[in-house]
Amino acid sequence: MIEGILIGLTTALTLQNILMVMVGCFFGTIIGMLPGLGPMTAIALMIPITYGFDPATGLILMAGVYYGAVFGGSTSSILLNAPGVPGTVATSFDGYPMAQQGKAGKALAIAAWSSFAGGTLSAIYLLFMAPSLSKVSLSFRSPDYFALMILGLTAIAAFSSKGQFLKAMMMVVLGLMLASVGQDSLSDITRFTFSNMNLTDGISFVLVVMATFAMSEALTIILKRNDPTSAAKQVSLTELGSIKINKEERSKMYKTIPRSSIIGFLIGVLPGAGATIASFLAYGMERNVVNDEEKEKFGKGSVNGLSAPETANNAACSGSFVPMLTLGIPGSGTTAVMLGALLGFGVQPGPRLYMTNPEIFWSIIMSMYIGMVILLILNLPLIPYIARILAVPKNYLIPLILFFSVTGIYVMSFNNFDIYLMIGIAVVATFLRLYDFPMPPLILAFVLGGLMEENLRRSLLLSNGSWEFLWDRALTACILLITILIVIWHVYKTMFKKTNN
Amino acid sequence: MNINTTKIISLLFFIFSAFYLYTAYQIQVFAFDENAPFNARTFPIYLGYAGLFFSGLKVVLPEPNTIKVDHKNLEYKKTVILIIIAIIYGATILKVGYFLTTSLFLFSSYYFLGERRWVLMFLLSFPFVAAFMYLLHGILDIYLRDPFLQSIGVMG
Repeated sequence: MIEGILIGLTTALTLQNILMVMVGCFFGTIIGMLPGLGPMTAIALMIPITYGFDPATGLILMAGVYYGAVFGGSTSSILLNAPGVPGTVATSFDGYPMAQQGKAGKALAIAAWSSFAGGTLSAIYLLFMAPSLSKVSLSFRSPDYFALMILGLTAIAAFSSKGQFLKAMMMVVLGLMLASVGQDSLSDITRFTFSNMNLTDGISFVLVVMATFAMSEALTIILKRNDPTSAAKQVSLTELGSIKINKEERSKMYKTIPRSSIIGFLIGVLPGAGATIASFLAYGMERNVVNDEEKEKFGKGSVNGLSAPETANNAACSGSFVPMLTLGIPGSGTTAVMLGALLGFGVQPGPRLYMTNPEIFWSIIMSMYIGMVILLILNLPLIPYIARILAVPKNYLIPLILFFSVTGIYVMSFNNFDIYLMIGIAVVATFLRLYDFPMPPLILAFVLGGLMEENLRRSLLLSNGSWEFLWDRALTACILLITILIVIWHVYKTMFKKTNN
Repeated sequence: MNINTTKIISLLFFIFSAFYLYTAYQIQVFAFDENAPFNARTFPIYLGYAGLFFSGLKVVLPEPNTIKVDHKNLEYKKTVILIIIAIIYGATILKVGYFLTTSLFLFSSYYFLGERRWVLMFLLSFPFVAAFMYLLHGILDIYLRDPFLQSIGVMG
């Protein structure tokens, strides 16, 4: 492991990679601040640029964007009560009341320190857990992988669908259908191309991400007459107050941060869960463990209430890298985008990644530490200035997002068919978003489509076409049992809610 | 019968899945692969059935939380204009080139979204695209074909 850490440090500490982390954190913070534009959009916009670098640098840039976006979301939660990303909703419960009491600077400082501590602690957990899990996952076979993918897709559908499980499952199927366009990987037979040569290689992953996130989010903002920057115009971003944290507040944070980081990390590791669930769970748990006097302060500007979700959402970000790096199966929409980008680089994440490409594996982990330090340096003194970027008018912001989307696609393929296809998918995605059809399950399914078919092919060929492979191995059966339990739990929850209504 | 839009979308998805399934059955596989446990059409066929199953359930099952979208408050005009501008962008970029097409795309998007600060609109289109083009072409070494700039001798 020491050797790996040294490899990671050597790669991550090059001037270019440090610069990439800084650019990523800065860009991510700005995009994450804007309500409606989350880490997936930020990363999607960055993908075409990353293809100009080597895989390690590209992934370091994307990881920086991810952390930056999550922290940027916290800033708008605290200052504007307008969470940039769902994972920072819980931050606004106590962060915004604190800002209203004239302690915005202090709230931002608590959030920055908590994010830093949560991210750093979880990067340490990742450091120990990822290599061990990689060794364990070497024993996984095709049926286990197939079952794991079913579990990941079911879990993301259950957790991201806000009670609309069937809608999310429809999006999963749509994502898999889109992934099936093009040549079959084994026989080279073309499928669903309708004799169009442009579809022979399939639909580009970047195209689908840009269309369903960046472009459709921009169209949705226009369509719904939302102005992500309007709230910024109503508050003074220059008078944030002191950023000093006193001794009593520090002692509260010392207790909150370790427990919230563990919750955040473990929830982040689970497929489909992520920063949102982690932050709410940490907030709820913190409220239960503090004394009655402190409990009363929750929702009115509690230090514990702000520190817990902030620690957990950053810890969950690091946690979500575990299944991606060790199993090659992303646990969230954001890591699915990263996995797609890695595949684009020709790198296959999975249990062998840390043996075949140790510089990528370790440099991502090491860049997490560097990213946390940079975020802290960036956020504490610069936030009042960065927050002013929020005042960029919508009339400029939307065309610029569209510009990055179409340019991103054009520079990758140099044909206009991809631009038309992206516009078509973006229009459909915008319409589906209006009726609460979630997009993360579609992306995850699109990324996993090829791998899923490959593993199902191997499993069925090995078992002579029999579906017995699903329960032949205890591990496969266990994973499928968990999947079934998630579905049952979700159906029960929906029915129970209906009965209560 | 009052049918809500989510059900209509699900019904459309059901029809789409049926079409997908029909197309999946039409995939030509090699003769020796026809009866293999897994061939190029196996996975798409499962997907077609899965699509029919989930969308069928959505159509049939009662909708607990009906989502109502107030169409009167939606900004269709500007959205459609932006989509048309993007389509025109796609249609002209290969013939005209990256610089001019992208700059005009940005400038017209600002205009149709209601912006009228001409100097700022100009700065955030032509010089901005030039700088971005320099980043891609000059620094990141990503080749950008541009017949317009070539015709005026700016690009080699």
